[in-house]
Amino acid sequence: MKIAYSILVMAAVTYLIRMLPMTIFRKKIQSPFLQDFLYYIPYAVLSAMTIPAVFYATADIPSAVLATIAAVLLAWKGFPLIVVALAASGTAFLTALAEKFLF
Amino acid sequence: MTTQTQQAFRKGVRQGIPIALGYLSVSFSFGILAVKSGLSVSAAVAISMTNLTSAGQAAGIGVIAAGGSYLELALTQLCINLRYALMGLSLSQKLDKGFSHMIHRFLTAFGITDEIFAVAISQDGQISAPYLYGLILLPFTGWSIGTLLGAAAGEILPKLLTDALGIALYGMFFAIFIPPMRKQKSVAFAVLMAAGCSIFCKYALPALSSGFSIILCGVLTSAVCAWRFPRTHTEQEESV
Repeated sequence: MKIAYSILVMAAVTYLIRMLPMTIFRKKIQSPFLQDFLYYIPYAVLSAMTIPAVFYATADIPSAVLATIAAVLLAWKGFPLIVVALAASGTAFLTALAEKFLF
Repeated sequence: MTTQTQQAFRKGVRQGIPIALGYLSVSFSFGILAVKSGLSVSAAVAISMTNLTSAGQAAGIGVIAAGGSYLELALTQLCINLRYALMGLSLSQKLDKGFSHMIHRFLTAFGITDEIFAVAISQDGQISAPYLYGLILLPFTGWSIGTLLGAAAGEILPKLLTDALGIALYGMFFAIFIPPMRKQKSVAFAVLMAAGCSIFCKYALPALSSGFSIILCGVLTSAVCAWRFPRTHTEQEESV
């Protein structure tokens, strides 16, 4: 039974965090500073989430670094999300495979 | 449903495919971890279906496995997931008039994740409820099924492959924030400053949880950018 309550606590806290801002802020924010602040939030948050965490996302740092380079190059060239995502995984996989058989 | 509604929904579903693929692999490893921590397969799947968040869930099963209190569990979730409040606030400014029906806000709020937020916020103009439902559908399904497969049959996939799949979602993030960096100097500045701040937090302030670090870096960077690179506020945005 304890596990059911634990799941309920996790779910309730997580949902409230998501739900409250969406329901409280129903009007357009008028302050230009706050508008600009919210404009930059996605880029800043995504960047902070990705770096340096991406370098620890695979089994070892070399495969993650090569995967990151591949992803950054393809993203820079404007390739779609799915292509960049799969290229990152593919590069990490091939690097890990090469490490396994070459060293 | 009107054609416009269907089109918006389908657009969302289409854009949800890469997220769902990434989630399938990440939730697969969550399923393995949950069972290793002593949870049942059904408990693992129940957590995924009610929480829909990677870091929060992983930390949550850690607290459960260690026999932590409900308060500890709630505080862990609050710290790690508070970034969703920032994303919800940002997203609240992009919702079209269909969201005057509160039910859409209550339902779509459940689906705010790092990746769904990232894709939704990168759309031109406002976003509609059908679009957001479509966008959430496949990632939610993938997250649930991946957890089930990982928990029930975790050792099927070779570790070499699951390790490599974990980086897919970060690849997606690059595809979202790099192209606008080329167009706008201010966005490039925001990305680089947030990255620098995040690196500093990780290595100089190791006691800071990753959830708090993201909030700190995001708020600091966005405030500096809003102050240094104010934008003109004339454009009227169209709904997708």
